[in-house]
This record gives sequence, structure tokens and C-alpha cells, in this order.
Amino acid sequence: MHPAPSVILFTVLSGLGFGLLAFLGMGLPDVSGGVAFVFFFLGFALAVGGLISSTFHLGNPKNAMKAFSQWRTSWLSREGCVSVAALILMGIYAAGVIFFDVKLAQIGWIAAALCIGTVFTTSMIYGQLATIPRWNHPLTSAYFLSLSVAGGALLAGQVKAAGVLLLIAGGVQIVTWMSGDKRFAERGHTIETATGLGDIGKVRMFEPPHTGTNYLLHEMVYVVGRKHAQKLRMIALGLMVVLPAALLLIFHAGHMLALVAVLSHLAGVMVSRWLFFAEAEHVVGLYYDKR
Amino acid sequence: MTQLPAQTERKLGLVIDLDTCVGCHACVISCKGWNTENYGEPLSDKDAYGANPSGTFLNRVHAFEVKPDTGPAQTIHFPKSCLHCEDAPCVTVCPTGASYKRTEDGIVLVNEKDCIGCGLCAWSCPYGARELDQVAGVMKKCTLCVDRIYNENLPEEDREPTCVRTCPANARHFGDFADPDSNVSKLTRERGGMDLMPEQGTKPVNKYLPPRPKDTMEEIDILAPLLAPVASEPKGFLGWLDKALEKL
Repeated sequence: MHPAPSVILFTVLSGLGFGLLAFLGMGLPDVSGGVAFVFFFLGFALAVGGLISSTFHLGNPKNAMKAFSQWRTSWLSREGCVSVAALILMGIYAAGVIFFDVKLAQIGWIAAALCIGTVFTTSMIYGQLATIPRWNHPLTSAYFLSLSVAGGALLAGQVKAAGVLLLIAGGVQIVTWMSGDKRFAERGHTIETATGLGDIGKVRMFEPPHTGTNYLLHEMVYVVGRKHAQKLRMIALGLMVVLPAALLLIFHAGHMLALVAVLSHLAGVMVSRWLFFAEAEHVVGLYYDKR
Repeated sequence: MTQLPAQTERKLGLVIDLDTCVGCHACVISCKGWNTENYGEPLSDKDAYGANPSGTFLNRVHAFEVKPDTGPAQTIHFPKSCLHCEDAPCVTVCPTGASYKRTEDGIVLVNEKDCIGCGLCAWSCPYGARELDQVAGVMKKCTLCVDRIYNENLPEEDREPTCVRTCPANARHFGDFADPDSNVSKLTRERGGMDLMPEQGTKPVNKYLPPRPKDTMEEIDILAPLLAPVASEPKGFLGWLDKALEKL
């Protein structure tokens, strides 16, 4: 799949933002006034910034409001609805904490659950697609959720918890990669099933339908950069998990080291998310003899 | 509404005969022509006369080669357009309700006024049947020429999808799969019409007829036995060479 920068930015930033907001909603850390303002500002900026950047890849964004209507069947629509509900409730909770020094704990908890729910709906947009076997598995949700929660804990200054959650996210990432590598073959999608010609014999592409490229190939058959996948996986894991977890758990990072941990984590998640798209193979590639 | 109808009154679709398709691409051109001039946004091209032309098409003809265990390989021309699936994943993923399946005839359509161009429906389609028009920014797909098949301004023989009307080899057939006596149902039954990528569970309406088995030529040359090669073993210098090489 084409790793569009807008979608990578959206999923990474909003994942981090909603993770942070979830911790703030649970009263972790227990802040008020100006300090709370800084925390909530960061959380909302990441979450909303991510949501806005996701509209950059729309062909026709003027209809975006209509995307709240089909929550009965569409995970993308559900994501829109849940994210807006999460942001509104979290806004009410934040206003109480910042301006009135009032903690509406129940609203905070519900808002935190909705934040996690938003990340889950995001993950299901990808996880529901049977056409992309690498994504079509509950591990996709585990991958998005574990990273969001770990990153949120990191930003919320929960040093111990963040360290442990980062290690969990790293474990989930490794399992996701390893099982994802095998899934296309496991599902049994081949050029023979795609064409229905397997009964006659071995099928291969003779000629593509056109000499140039097309939307399908650009969007769904992205093969550039795969040869570096193994190196990039190591880089992603190192920056996303190993370095920040070491800083938190071994060096008990203070403010400056924590900043390094956050930036390293952010860069690592970006690399991981790039791989998430670039390594994902769509079954339509079978008709073009390219994956 | 992106909920799929439990069942549709009719199941309109195509039968594509892989035995007779000659790969002329006439259906591709007529589809592009009709659907650029009629339903919805035109099918745009980019850099049409330049070095890297690309464009939106609702129907494309691939070509595959199949090699049986014995005998020569076969070339098979393979037209591909929307299969108007019964369990169309492209419909349920749509966030705006732009993508829908009609209850009356099962045609899967896009209401371009509601489309935000997110591309998720194209991602969910195993067959590559949907393309986001790069100029209009909305999703384009086969409409089964919904603006021809019910169009009383056209002569009756033209009231079928333009790809079917155009095909010079008669490799494309249009009809109602819900009617067991329709031409398409009969063809599917008699010729073993098949689904593409059935393991995706999309239940395509369109069916593909596999190529007929190749027949073998009967021996009718009465002189053939007399013309069989006389020397089965090489003699003379070649015979000596053969033996010498065997011994090495």
C-alpha cells in the first residue's frame, strides 16, 4: 500500500494524542491550572492535528461532514463519530480541571475510554480489509492500541508505566511483523484463484492491460523500499521501544532525557507506520503480477 | 445507505467468456467513451499525449498465460470490471453512504455528490474494480451502464451495457442471474461459470466462463505410417560418435 505521508502523520499523531488524553482523563498525572493546560493543549493538538491531516488525502473533502452518517457499517464513519465524542467530553473535563479546579472524574473516565475507542476504530479501518492479509487480523488493533497507550504514558510522564508499556508494544510489534509476513501465503490468494484458471495449469501474467501506470498500482501496489525492510524494522524497534524504555527504566529519565525519549519514540513510530503501509500487499497486485 | 440489501429483486450482471475473448480492447474503449459522456464525472486522463499517460478506466483487459502439465501454453485475454458482488465490501466500508447496492437490480453504484474520495472502497475491493478519478477526486466504477439499460430513448438493441453491445467476439453477455432461465444463468450452468477469488467471500454476481478444453487433431493421413522415420538408430560416423560418447 502507498505510504501516504498524510495518513502516516494522522495515525501516528492522533494515536499519541488520544493516548495522552486517555491518561489525562484518568487523572494521570493529577494536574490542574496552567500545568493541566499545557498537557491538555499537547493532547488536543496532536489528536486534532492528526485528524485534520487525515483530510489531506481526500479527493473531495467538502463532503467530510457526511462521513458521520454511516456508523452502522463503516469503521471510518465510526472513527469520526467516536473521535468527536471523545474530544467533546474530554474538552468538558479539561475545562473543569484547567479553569475551575473541578475534577469531573466520571466524565474523565468515559472520555478516556472513548479516546482508546477512537484508536481502536482507527485500527479497524485497516484490520477489516480482507484484501490486505497483513492487516486483516486482531494484531493490527493490538499494534495500534499498545503503541497509543505506551506513547500516551510516555507523554503523560508516567515513567515506570511508560517503560513497561513500551516493552509490551515492542513485543506486539515483533509478533505483528512475524505473523504478518506469513499471512498472504496462509490465506491462499494466488494468481490461480484470482483468475480462476488454476484448473488448467500454472498461470503467469502475459501482458498487463496497459503500458502506463494507473491509480490502482500507485495506491495499492507500492513496492519501493521493501528491500530495506529488515533494517528499517531494527531502526523502528530501536527508536520506538529500546532507547526510550532504556532511558525510562534504567536511567530514570528527568525532563531533558524524557524529551529525548519522546522524540526517539515519535521517530520510531513514524518508521514503523511507514513499514505498516509499505509492506502491506493488496490482493489486486495478483492481477498485475506485482505485490 | 451502506447496509447491503438482504437480497435484491433482480441480479443484473455480466458473463464474460474467456474462451471467445480475443483481447481487442473494444470494450475498454467503448466503456471509456460512454462513461465519459454520460453518467457522472467524466473519466479523466492525465498526460494523455505525454511520456507517462494514465487515466481512469472502468474496464481493463489483462492477458495471462496458462501452462498445463502437458501440451502447449494458452494465452487467455481477461477483461475485468466491477463484479457487482452480493457481499460487496466496497459498500459497507463507505463512511458517507455514497457507495450503495440497489435493491431493485443489485447494481453497485457511487453517488458522486456524497463521495469524499477517501479511497477506502477501492482498498476493500479485491478485483481493482474502483478507481479514484485523479481530476474529479471522486470514485469511479462500472455502473453496468445503468443509463443505457433502462433508457427508452435508445433503440431496444442498444439497451445493454456498452461493453456487451460493442464486443465483436460476443464474449460478453448481460442478463439477470436471479432468473434461472435467463441467458446468463444458462451460460453459467452449461459452461461452468466461475467466481474470481472466491476465498474473499464477496459472492460476485458476474461470472467468468473458463476456456473450453483444447481438442486434439485426429490422425487422418493414411500415408503417415509409410513416412515414419526409417533409421531409429544413427549409423556411420554419427553412430560411431554416439557410441564413443556413450563410453566416455
